[in-house]
Amino acid sequence: MRRIIKNRAIYLMILPGFLYFLIFKYIPMSGLIIAFQDYQAYLGVTGSPWVGLKHFERLFTEPMFFTILGNTLLLFFLNLAFYFPVPIILALMLNEVRREVFKRFIQTLVYIPHFMSWVIIVSISFVMLSMDRGIINELLVMAGFEKINFLMSSEWFRPMYVLQIIWREAGWGTIIYLAAMAAIDPGLYEASRIDGASRFRQMWHITLPSIRSVIVVLLILKIGDVLELGFEHIYLLLNSMNRDVAEIFDTYVYTAGLKQGQFSFSTAVGFFKSLIGLILVMLANWLAKKAGEEGIY
Amino acid sequence: MVQDKTISSRIFDIVNYTLLLIIGLVTILPFLHVIAGSFTTVTELAQKQFVLFPTVWSLDAYKYVFSTNTVFRSLGVSVGVTFLGTLFSMLLTCLMAYGLSRKDLDGRNFIMFMVLFTMLFSGGMIPTFLVVKEMGLIDTYAALIVPTAINAFNLIIMRNFFQNLPEGLEESAKIDGAGDWGILFRIVIPLSMPAIATISLFYAVTYWNTYMSAILYLNDAAKWPVQVILRQIVILASGLAADTSGMDEFVRPPEQTVKMAVIVIATLPILCVYPFLQKHFAKGALLGSIKG
Repeated sequence: MRRIIKNRAIYLMILPGFLYFLIFKYIPMSGLIIAFQDYQAYLGVTGSPWVGLKHFERLFTEPMFFTILGNTLLLFFLNLAFYFPVPIILALMLNEVRREVFKRFIQTLVYIPHFMSWVIIVSISFVMLSMDRGIINELLVMAGFEKINFLMSSEWFRPMYVLQIIWREAGWGTIIYLAAMAAIDPGLYEASRIDGASRFRQMWHITLPSIRSVIVVLLILKIGDVLELGFEHIYLLLNSMNRDVAEIFDTYVYTAGLKQGQFSFSTAVGFFKSLIGLILVMLANWLAKKAGEEGIY
Repeated sequence: MVQDKTISSRIFDIVNYTLLLIIGLVTILPFLHVIAGSFTTVTELAQKQFVLFPTVWSLDAYKYVFSTNTVFRSLGVSVGVTFLGTLFSMLLTCLMAYGLSRKDLDGRNFIMFMVLFTMLFSGGMIPTFLVVKEMGLIDTYAALIVPTAINAFNLIIMRNFFQNLPEGLEESAKIDGAGDWGILFRIVIPLSMPAIATISLFYAVTYWNTYMSAILYLNDAAKWPVQVILRQIVILASGLAADTSGMDEFVRPPEQTVKMAVIVIATLPILCVYPFLQKHFAKGALLGSIKG
């Protein structure tokens, strides 16, 4: 007790931040109970009638649910298969560069897109891919092909989504791998060189195994984000022509909840999503520990 | 490291450097294309398609963009929100981070866990929206700042930085009669300027890029920040989005050069701070990756 009084100034410093987390993070968590109610704005959380699992039942019987679940999982899988290895490869390449100036020059270039908002990234893509004077389509025509309506098609949505993520995040993603590589004992490389290992073999047998634990941690974090595919990014790309492949849980929550006012139902959708995400992180973490890695907690 | 001069190693280097150069260029060319395109005329853009150095320089696109009020107003909103938001976020983050950096504090681990847990689980969009609404923040500029005031990641970076300052400093200040507030503002903060600069820039970039808070919490188009306007002009004007509300100005689809000019305007501040940002962020990002 005396320690608390002694530290009252410190508690006062923490208070605003503590209130922030309480109000904007923990009250919304408790607000998840409206998923079990028929929430009416004028009755509030305390007055709205309880309906048990009605909204979850509706969720699992809605045909749209399986489309959304499928889209979410597929986009996640594509993200994992095509984006995840890119920063590792890029970091391996950068790590082999001995000229500091060149290395820094490339890093400067590839980090830039990370600081641009999704609106900017998607806007640039739109300007480049549009049917009307978009440079990519103009180049296609010059090369003797037909124009492609990239922005309004189901087939092109997924590649476009993955490429935009690679474009924006691949460079930034190298930072953590490069740091891990910088910590590798140079003696290992020297020894392997004396044994006659080529640069490729050094990468394969020394660099990669040395960053294994970092890769595992990032993989766990990524799996935890399974259902966090980026509301902003997909919302910006979404249109009536690609809805069948682009609609994910977040965009669906936004449309059903805020646009159509189905608060309780869309909260149930969001709850389902958050819960699956949490379970997946724990599962991935447990698996990592089983595999002899440290995990994230 | 000893250089390895075998032929295969040389070939490896040549291939590696060439590939990296191509990757670097591919990353940056779209931006250069847009910047150059915004400074040229519609005709030149139509003839050449890809312009890196316009032969005909023209400010027509910018003149057109600023002929209406929309972009100006939204720039004002973004500048204001970025400035005030960064100040507010830094104040809250520094106070809390410093408090949590004190090892003698009871309940410290509990609060840290509380912060970390928000990175794993959240109430989601609708319950958060209802809280923001209950607080009366809908259609206020505060809705762009307050609900996202502290970033848990940035908080942890700051806390780690404060924790690594030598303990002796605080003790000697205490002996000299300084209180906790005095120690924070006169000693800890002045010593932490590199970290503060980094995190401020992170916050500033986030506020400048604010988009989602605006579409969730602001119905009033006059209050929209520049990112939302950018979406109106480039993405909605392409006639592609399902939702075309708020398309009062720019009814006719704007020319490519105009779209490019708006992209440049929305990106410009980041291009300006990027050189300063770059000095620090690698370190910041690494600090943040060491959790706990």
